[in-house]
Amino acid sequence: MDRAEKTGLTFAIILLLVFFSLIVYAAKGLKIDIPTCVTDVEPFQEGKLIKHGEKRYELHILARMWFFDFNKGATEIKIPAGSTVDIFVTSKDVVHGVHIQGTDFNIMAIPGTVGYMRVKFEKPGVYHVVCHEFCGVGHHAMQGKIIVE
Amino acid sequence: MQVSNAIKFIILTEIVFPTLLLVFGIYHGVMQVLYRAGVIKAESFLGIDYYQGLTLHGVINVIVFTTIFIVGFSNAIVMYALKKPLREKVQWIALGMMVIGTMMAAWAMFTGRATVLYTFYPPLIAHWTFYLGAVLLVLGSLVPFFFDWIPSAIEWKRENPDQKLPLAVFGTFVNFILWTIMIVPVAVEILFQLLPLSLGLVDEINPLLARTLFWFFGHPVVYFWLLPAYVALYTILPKIVSEKGKLYSDPAARLAFILFLIFSLPVGLHHQFTDPGITNTWKLIHALFTFGVALPSMITAFTVAASLEYSVKAEHPELKNSKFYWWTFLPYMRLEGNKWMFSYFFAGLVLFFFGGITGIVNASYNVNLVVHNTAYVPGHFHTTVGGLVLLVFFAMALYMVSKLRGTEVKFKGLAVLAPYFWMQGMFMFSYAMMVGGVITGFPRRTNTGLTYLNPDSPLYRPEWVGYAQLSVVGGVLLGIGFLFFFISLMATLFAPKVRESVVEFPFAEAYHDAPAPMLNNLKTWTVATIILAVLSYIPPLYDASVRGVFFKSPAYIEKYPMPLKQLQGSEKNTQEKELSKAEKEVAQR
Repeated sequence: MDRAEKTGLTFAIILLLVFFSLIVYAAKGLKIDIPTCVTDVEPFQEGKLIKHGEKRYELHILARMWFFDFNKGATEIKIPAGSTVDIFVTSKDVVHGVHIQGTDFNIMAIPGTVGYMRVKFEKPGVYHVVCHEFCGVGHHAMQGKIIVE
Repeated sequence: MQVSNAIKFIILTEIVFPTLLLVFGIYHGVMQVLYRAGVIKAESFLGIDYYQGLTLHGVINVIVFTTIFIVGFSNAIVMYALKKPLREKVQWIALGMMVIGTMMAAWAMFTGRATVLYTFYPPLIAHWTFYLGAVLLVLGSLVPFFFDWIPSAIEWKRENPDQKLPLAVFGTFVNFILWTIMIVPVAVEILFQLLPLSLGLVDEINPLLARTLFWFFGHPVVYFWLLPAYVALYTILPKIVSEKGKLYSDPAARLAFILFLIFSLPVGLHHQFTDPGITNTWKLIHALFTFGVALPSMITAFTVAASLEYSVKAEHPELKNSKFYWWTFLPYMRLEGNKWMFSYFFAGLVLFFFGGITGIVNASYNVNLVVHNTAYVPGHFHTTVGGLVLLVFFAMALYMVSKLRGTEVKFKGLAVLAPYFWMQGMFMFSYAMMVGGVITGFPRRTNTGLTYLNPDSPLYRPEWVGYAQLSVVGGVLLGIGFLFFFISLMATLFAPKVRESVVEFPFAEAYHDAPAPMLNNLKTWTVATIILAVLSYIPPLYDASVRGVFFKSPAYIEKYPMPLKQLQGSEKNTQEKELSKAEKEVAQR
């Protein structure tokens, strides 16, 4: 290996290590983490929005062919701005994907499993939710809305 | 090197057959952008519906075309580099398996019995011919490696005990070792989960386990597509730039191939960052290994640029001290000799530069939350597999057809323009998809023209319109680029013969060379690779089969929101009811 090659290689390794350290810092230091294995909540059969307190909610999203059940069949829910919501997701049938647009909430809904992430809705507005995983002929109409007031 | 008629026919088939299928693949690619932008506001067009077309686009382009073409290209590379004729019987069996497999899968897809997209998506289930066809295709692609190339390499080694395996063969072997290993998990998924479910032998499967097994295959497979292009970058590109061209460093190329071998497999979880049921510690470890697999591509970027510089300066000694000016002497648009191929390599490399960077974004664990399953992801991989890989394959296809048929490359001007149309189209398409995906969450694999991009629909999302329209312009340019290439290929194929049929490649020698015995010990590296792959997959497979999954799922088809079994049951009931009704009517009369 000549000198230029060694310099190039070292630079590449350092660059990748810097990137990776930043990711680990964001995940563990700033707590921007991705879904993990949930073993204590069983898959549910119905969507539910539970109010635990002032601006504290728990949301069970049931994804199914071809709509999101946010709360007993409703595909639209309203919550006050500044709410912190613990969101659980499962699927009734096939694999779906749930992306609450404008937030980091992006999770797969896989039958037999439960996904979990926490979201804080600071800004008021309409948060669109679209299914982004192919789930059948109705896929392109599978969506919902979270209205933050 | 001369070839027998049978081998000539086989290699030509392995180039032309998948390219003909690619016509459907690319047609459905152009249709995708039209549907998505709402230019076509329909479930289906000319009898093929959107998701069926998407399945065809994915499966033909990246499973059928790539696999069969790579076998044909590698056949020619190994034969020419080792100077050993191919074994006809083995090659006939391989070709037969691949063609029959393709036909089975194609029948299922074209008749709408396999609308499950390229990633299969269980518990959606396809007709069993789709799965069996896929298995036949991939098994057939392994036959030449085990029963032809390895025996030939052993013979070659016996005759040349002091030499290392030629670089082109080394790269090809690394690629097929990788291919063999990655096929194991997807074969387990198909043979033990999907095929039994499709045939009704089992009632339920575990979809998360199926996904995990699929991505154990689904990411390494991109390196199976990429490595043949790298073989061409290292061994052929310098000689295209200049007759005096040389590869900058042989050991660096081998190091890159070995790093690909080691790091390609323990990375599949970066496709499952947002999947529930898998502990995120393992996801982070796979993210680290994914960064590891970026390293050999960075080494390649260095070596390719250095080889280009060496090759240009070898031909133009007056440029000896130039730092950047030599870039202007590359044969960007030249027709003489083999120089026309440079346009393909160049356009491919430019696209791949962006593909590599955006790939690091995808691999970045929590950053992935912003881009997962948005249009950003297809924006990324169209610049890799749809950029460098495809363009190098096009160049090689055209070159090999002209050599094997003994004809001149026809419509060379169109052939040289094709990659630039492709590059420009891909820039527009990928820009639209990536920016739309990141900024506005524009989703991938969705027939948005019917709902989100339909002004008459209550779901209309005007912020997506601009991106979708730009992707149409890009998609049309891509179609034109392909058409230019295809015209040239067909004309070359059927042109009058002017030379003898041969297999040959303009292989470049290395400027820096060293024996590097450590790097050349493929057996040891293979064992190390398997150990690392297995270790990295034991915990996530345990999560996906035991800890994270509460129950299994029955089969569904994409048309009905109820399990297939229940559907068939209710159909039977209605049929019986209708039958008894008819009987009653008959009795009343």
